[in-house]
Amino acid sequence: MSSAFSGGNRAGVDGGNASSNRPVRTTYLSQAVLNLHRVYEQNRQRLQKKDGAKVPDPIAVPQTKGKPRLLLMGQRRSGKSSISSVVFHKLPPSETLFLESTARIQKDSLNSFMDFQVWDFPGQIDVFDNPNFAFDMDAIFGEIGALIWVIDAQDDYLEAVARLNNTILHLQRGYPHINIEVFIHKVDGLSDDYKLDIQRDVTIRIQDELSDQGVENAPVNFHLTSIYNHSIFEAFSKVIQKLIPRLGQLEAMLTNLCRTCRFEKAYLFDVNTKIYIATDSTPEDMASYEICSDYVDVIIDFTEVYGSWQRSPEWRKRLEGPPWMQPLDDQVACEWAESGMVLSEAQRPIMLREVDRFLALVAIMKEGSYEKMPQINMNVDVVVKGLTEFFEITKPKDSLTPGAGPSAAGSVPT
Amino acid sequence: MGKSGSGKSSMRSIIFSNYLARDTRRLGATIDIDLSHVKFLGNLTLNLWDCGGQEAFMENYLSQQRAHVFSNVGVLIYVFDIESRDVERDLATYVNIISALVQYSREAKVFVLIHKMDLIQPMTREEVFDRRVALVRRKTAEAVAILFATSIWDQSLYKAWASIIHDLVPNLSVIEEQLASLGVAIDADEILLFERTSFLVVSRWTSPEGDSNPYGDRFERMSNILKSWKHTCSKFAGTPRNAEQFSDFEYKMGANFSMFVTKFTTNTYILVCMPPGEARFNSAKLNVAAARPWFKFLDGPVIAPAAVSSSHMIGVGAAGGYGGDYGNVPSLVSEGGY
Repeated sequence: MSSAFSGGNRAGVDGGNASSNRPVRTTYLSQAVLNLHRVYEQNRQRLQKKDGAKVPDPIAVPQTKGKPRLLLMGQRRSGKSSISSVVFHKLPPSETLFLESTARIQKDSLNSFMDFQVWDFPGQIDVFDNPNFAFDMDAIFGEIGALIWVIDAQDDYLEAVARLNNTILHLQRGYPHINIEVFIHKVDGLSDDYKLDIQRDVTIRIQDELSDQGVENAPVNFHLTSIYNHSIFEAFSKVIQKLIPRLGQLEAMLTNLCRTCRFEKAYLFDVNTKIYIATDSTPEDMASYEICSDYVDVIIDFTEVYGSWQRSPEWRKRLEGPPWMQPLDDQVACEWAESGMVLSEAQRPIMLREVDRFLALVAIMKEGSYEKMPQINMNVDVVVKGLTEFFEITKPKDSLTPGAGPSAAGSVPT
Repeated sequence: MGKSGSGKSSMRSIIFSNYLARDTRRLGATIDIDLSHVKFLGNLTLNLWDCGGQEAFMENYLSQQRAHVFSNVGVLIYVFDIESRDVERDLATYVNIISALVQYSREAKVFVLIHKMDLIQPMTREEVFDRRVALVRRKTAEAVAILFATSIWDQSLYKAWASIIHDLVPNLSVIEEQLASLGVAIDADEILLFERTSFLVVSRWTSPEGDSNPYGDRFERMSNILKSWKHTCSKFAGTPRNAEQFSDFEYKMGANFSMFVTKFTTNTYILVCMPPGEARFNSAKLNVAAARPWFKFLDGPVIAPAAVSSSHMIGVGAAGGYGGDYGNVPSLVSEGGY
């Protein structure tokens, strides 16, 4: 059985588990390949200088089929590598102090419900204005899903904003469909008023500059983030959600579930990154996101401690012997991870159910509904089945069956 | 005790007042001695003396207040800052403190925490710690200190404090015995008993199978995980930090294992990790609930209330019933409880 939780091996901990599904820092391109790449680029550039004519576009670019790409860019020391380490490699935020500055493009590929790549750009490289190194724009921006621009809010950000403007203008010419997400970063420790002031200031500076250049309605979004709280995950969630095909269908399913089971809020989490890929239609609420995401964390930790080692055959034999006389797999009601807990305050329960190798459904329930757990479990079963089918259908890109995600029509109202 | 800024008040706030590690930045310097009474397990009150570490105070403790500070000490917890620049001087102060302690409370236990280990690169942590241990050991031959490497940013703090608290818990042997019989009765792999507010492990029992768990640090990890979970709940529900946050936590990991954490007696939570299976799980939950009366003595009051942290209550008669035979824990649901 492969499960998002039972993979349980963090980097550095080898539990000897053959079916480790949690990606452990998989760098997509080896350095050797990167070097070849650079040699190729340099040759191409030299050629270009000699004839002054246009050189054919490279064809040797490693194609990464169907993998949306997230690009992390920004000034040096603005926190790009820290962000990718915290979100994608589970590095504790306090340890990011020890990260060294990124010298070359760091490419990570993530296997999750949707495979995507994260490219971490060194801040000192300016892609558009580099006298001694021309970048292949198509290779970088061709398949990009979103460009994340990180601005250090605690530093003088004028230069960063100027470079961002420059980047947006370049992108608008060639790749107008790219979402540009601006992370106004390191806002922990700033007062709420000051945060909003900075956000307003940055927004105005960018919009003014863009409209001066005649660019209107560029897809630029702003997020206030910090690695020391959940805001970075929340921001990434918003970024990723824009890349999900048929997000509306997913949200409709969750909304439906919330209505039938009288949940207050339901989230569909990517377990590895704690990014939520969908939620129901009730208003966004940071507090619920925080508790649900911490819940996923607790479950991961429990699983790591108690679930990542092999029990002895005698143990199993004894448990399957009398008086049970059943294989262990038949003794459990649900083959995936399921959990429920009750808050003391108002007796509000929260439940979690694993959907597939990467996703988990977490929902905050109405007070006092813990007694109805059996019914709720049935409804959740139906929705989980629906979600699994949904991802099977939407996985191939050329799928022609729109809106085929089965709804939770068969659920029992409680 | 320990040098000013070494992190004494921070760790006290985290363990006993449910502060988050990052909240401790707000704490100011401790002036003179900060006295606090911490109720632990109902019938044990810890008198915690948090001594301000500025040099003027330290000299004062060693001279004028010497008898006042160092008599009737049960446990001395001395904190070293690993990043301190003047190690020689720190050690000199430590030696003075120890000699004062030996003078007035010969029986006192000494725990030395080498603190702020998070500031050392993970690779070299062990080496740096070992070197410091050797240094401390050489300086103090007269008192046998137990040393821990700690940091408020990970579970190491809980390990140190659990062992500090461990010897102070009254009726420890009884608790252990009863946990063991409960564990056998419900077919568990592991049982941990936590104190309600600090979530320090009071006692634990592990089955032979559970012993093969490769994670040796799982007890303090559980403390840390549940404590931060408690904090999340308090933030979400808006309840005070020290209040009770959750009453029940169940987790079934398919055909791998099941576990639950539940409120046990008034002052304790119990964590049970057990083999998978719905029927087994449900009957274990009922049995744990049924076992509550046998652990009622954990809530006191005991005949001789423990006033000072150094009082050892082992063997003192407590509210009755715990001598009972555990073979007859009513097995309410034995089979086919679907």
